[in-house]
Amino acid sequence: MSKQDYEIVIGLEVHCELSTKTKIFCSCSAEFGGEPNTHCCPICMAMPGTLPVLNEKVVEYAVKAGLATNCKIAQNSKNDRKNYFYPDLPKSYQISQFDIPLCYDGYINIETEEGEKKIRLERIHIEEDAGKLNHDDYGRGSFVDLNRAGVPLIECVSKPDLRSKEEVDSYLRKIKSIFEYIGISDCKMQEGSLRADVNVSVRKKGATEFGTRTEMKNMNSFRNISRLIEYETNRQIEVLEEGGEIIQETRRWDDISGKTFSMRDKEDAEDYRYFPDPDLVAIQLSDEYIEKIRNALPELPESRKKRYLEEYQLIPKAANFVTSSKYYSDMFEEAIKICQNPKTASNLMMSEIARILNEREEEPEQIPFTGRELGELVQLIDKGTISSSISKKVLEELFENPKSAPSKIIEEKGWVQISDEGAIQEVVNKILQANPQSIADYRAGKDRALGFLVGQAMKETKGKANPQLLNKLFIEELKK
Amino acid sequence: MADITKNEIMHIAKLAMLNLTDTEIEGYTKDMQEILAYAEMINNLDTSDIDETIGATKQKNKFRKDEVIEFQTRDNLLQNAPSQAEGMFRIPKVINT
Repeated sequence: MSKQDYEIVIGLEVHCELSTKTKIFCSCSAEFGGEPNTHCCPICMAMPGTLPVLNEKVVEYAVKAGLATNCKIAQNSKNDRKNYFYPDLPKSYQISQFDIPLCYDGYINIETEEGEKKIRLERIHIEEDAGKLNHDDYGRGSFVDLNRAGVPLIECVSKPDLRSKEEVDSYLRKIKSIFEYIGISDCKMQEGSLRADVNVSVRKKGATEFGTRTEMKNMNSFRNISRLIEYETNRQIEVLEEGGEIIQETRRWDDISGKTFSMRDKEDAEDYRYFPDPDLVAIQLSDEYIEKIRNALPELPESRKKRYLEEYQLIPKAANFVTSSKYYSDMFEEAIKICQNPKTASNLMMSEIARILNEREEEPEQIPFTGRELGELVQLIDKGTISSSISKKVLEELFENPKSAPSKIIEEKGWVQISDEGAIQEVVNKILQANPQSIADYRAGKDRALGFLVGQAMKETKGKANPQLLNKLFIEELKK
Repeated sequence: MADITKNEIMHIAKLAMLNLTDTEIEGYTKDMQEILAYAEMINNLDTSDIDETIGATKQKNKFRKDEVIEFQTRDNLLQNAPSQAEGMFRIPKVINT
């Protein structure tokens, strides 16, 4: 049997740091960074005698997340203790939710090659983040910084409905974009505010039972999640093909080797002995409370997509792309207010901005300029001030110098398009003289020769010649 | 007698990072069986006319406003730490994730 005979089954637990001002159970700042242990107090440091009090915003944000992902909301809920020892967890238990999560039984729709697919969500619950351990190479020990301890998280657990790394990518991007749209998290993967535990198993195609799964925790880049799934599914298939058995375990992903490793020493770690936290009281949500949040939800990606298709006549591919991230979508809306050209604005984002981000291995939220600059750039193309090939260079420049206006960039760099007919005629003549064979080819019916000549003229003018004018003048000359 | 085995006591001790002697394991197994038997009484109570309770008390919805109050100061927080460096608790080296 081979790889093609197996089906991949994946479920994700997505952890998302909420963008509240304060921590979940105390009034310390929840802001990222800061000098070590400066966003701390006796409560989040677990000093004896302290008591947690739940941040009302955390409940509100979690309910928002639930409603935006079609979940049911538990009207009676509570917090539970999850017990384990680790030096980044000062209380030796994490306050989380066990049997009654705030949100349950939801779903989201993702885009796949075969069209839209529904991915079910088992639950979304609230919990606190752990602190951070710093290590040094001199053997002086490890150093505990508890700034992040007690920062509010939601954990969003999917059903094992995902069947490929492409679906996982699509699902994660959708969850990320929904949480961005409703403004509950900045979802910065590079800062760890969005991270995922990936549960992977394989089974023979047509099998009804799931295979044994392995879990890889705390993955915080799309690229590594894809690499991980590729590696781990191949590993599992190989083990099975050789007659072996998959062990249910947590495996560690190693970035550098691109492999996963068994962590056998933690075999007992999964026994968390949950019990209700007696320091906290029950959470009871009224219908009015839930409806008030539902009515205040902002426009979600699905609805923006529909609007872009209908109002702006974007093609589905472009509408999907632009709404895939709130940062893209906001940038697009700001740009078209200025340039009134949704098609060119979305095209530049989909082809050029996405390409540059990909090269820089960055995410949309890291784009350093705004929709204003993009809108102005599109205007410059529409007015014929620059050619579309120059616009790519302007975008690259904007990534380097986000503060400068596109009009200023093209002026400084001398990239203004040549639309002067006399100047272009000169170039056309020069290129024709140098390429008699192309003239003969064109006259013999090879239209491709024209493309070659235009390309040569573009090269000659460093991409600055007005392409329409260039075409027109070449054809005029060639038909003489 | 409620059913709890020596193996379960050893497992719980391991999770709690306790090193127990054989005598202690014997003792705790017996104690735990008695505790569980005592708690068993609750299962025999008639609760048919009592609503389901969530949480340890009857209280609910004790929330806090999302407003930052800075604690003064880090030195106070770290003053009892057996070892510290660069504003952090210093602990024996922890390898791996």
